[in-house]
Amino acid sequence: MHEMALAESILNIVEETARNQGAVRVTELRLEIGELANVEIEALQFGLEVVLRNSLAAGAQVEILTIPGQGQCLECGAMVPLSARYDPCPQCGGYPVRPTGGQEMRVKDILVE
Amino acid sequence: MCVTCGCGVDEAAMHSHDHPHFHDHDHSYDHSHDHAAEGRLVSIERDILAKNAGFAAGNRRLFAERGVFVLNLVSSPGSGKTALLAQTVQILREEFPVAVIGGDQQTARDAERIQAAGAPAVQINTGKGCHLDAHGIGHALEELPLPESGVLFIENVGNLVCPADFDLGEACKVVVLSVTEGEDKPLKYANMFAAAKLMLLNKIDLLPHVDFAVERCLEYARRVNPDMRILQLSARTGDGMTAWLDWVRQGQQAALAQQVSRLEMELTSARARLAASVR
Repeated sequence: MHEMALAESILNIVEETARNQGAVRVTELRLEIGELANVEIEALQFGLEVVLRNSLAAGAQVEILTIPGQGQCLECGAMVPLSARYDPCPQCGGYPVRPTGGQEMRVKDILVE
Repeated sequence: MCVTCGCGVDEAAMHSHDHPHFHDHDHSYDHSHDHAAEGRLVSIERDILAKNAGFAAGNRRLFAERGVFVLNLVSSPGSGKTALLAQTVQILREEFPVAVIGGDQQTARDAERIQAAGAPAVQINTGKGCHLDAHGIGHALEELPLPESGVLFIENVGNLVCPADFDLGEACKVVVLSVTEGEDKPLKYANMFAAAKLMLLNKIDLLPHVDFAVERCLEYARRVNPDMRILQLSARTGDGMTAWLDWVRQGQQAALAQQVSRLEMELTSARARLAASVR
């Protein structure tokens, strides 16, 4: 359950940014989470629900944007979509496919008042 | 207040969150875009673990300056990390300084086992936390003599999920898997195996007694991480320990060589400054 630690890190980043902006309230926050990132989205949403209470972002709407997984097949060299690290290449059936995208965990932006 | 990082006392106690809650939360994450015009959009584009990455970079700088080769050992509970480390430090402490930071939710038992093997060790109790983070390592280093030009082993919390994401400032992650576990663990916990430089297949003395297809396991591991080195050993019988110890020795020598060349460069530029000031 490191999603709780991730949620706390998110709150840290959000509050720090909001304060620097002189904001009194954060009404929305958008996250980008890669399909291959080590994150259980539901657990993260629950973690956020808990940590955002009593913060500048209490009641803020959370939107989680998924960045699709992508990789390069080391067998045939093709750039292919990848939904799990151990999936075979959809073009040649080979292994391994090295992830090139979809591992991100980012706070994208916030809407403040 | 903490002197290294200026954190409050509360923050030093790692992630303890007591939150009574009811499970009937119908949370409103369904999103609508009709936000009022008074809102200001602030772009952040920042990695969620940026703060941890900052602390990890600080640790890494310190380790480089002092020529310390640092390994982050990760595995599920019961893979034999502590027994392996006890054997390892008992031999290597004769050759160069070694120290161990151990992470467990509770008890100081592992640190006691390492100390009994003759190496300085400090235990971080994470409480409810499921992983070590770089900030916690910084604090542990306040209580531990840094093994200058030697090796620091960090024994992470037994967990194949969470520690994968938390950089501690180590040179590399070493994942330990024992033959009493499933051979498909590299696939099930792909993120961890993808993050490791070395995999140790431990308890090979038990192979005759368990259903564990070594070749299949190695194939799964390579599928997830083709660059990972794999060594097979038994900490109990000592089988295969030499290859592991040599791997650690090589890392220690490389870290030491880097420290020497860095110091030589500093010395050269200091001499140049001295020569310039004398002239």
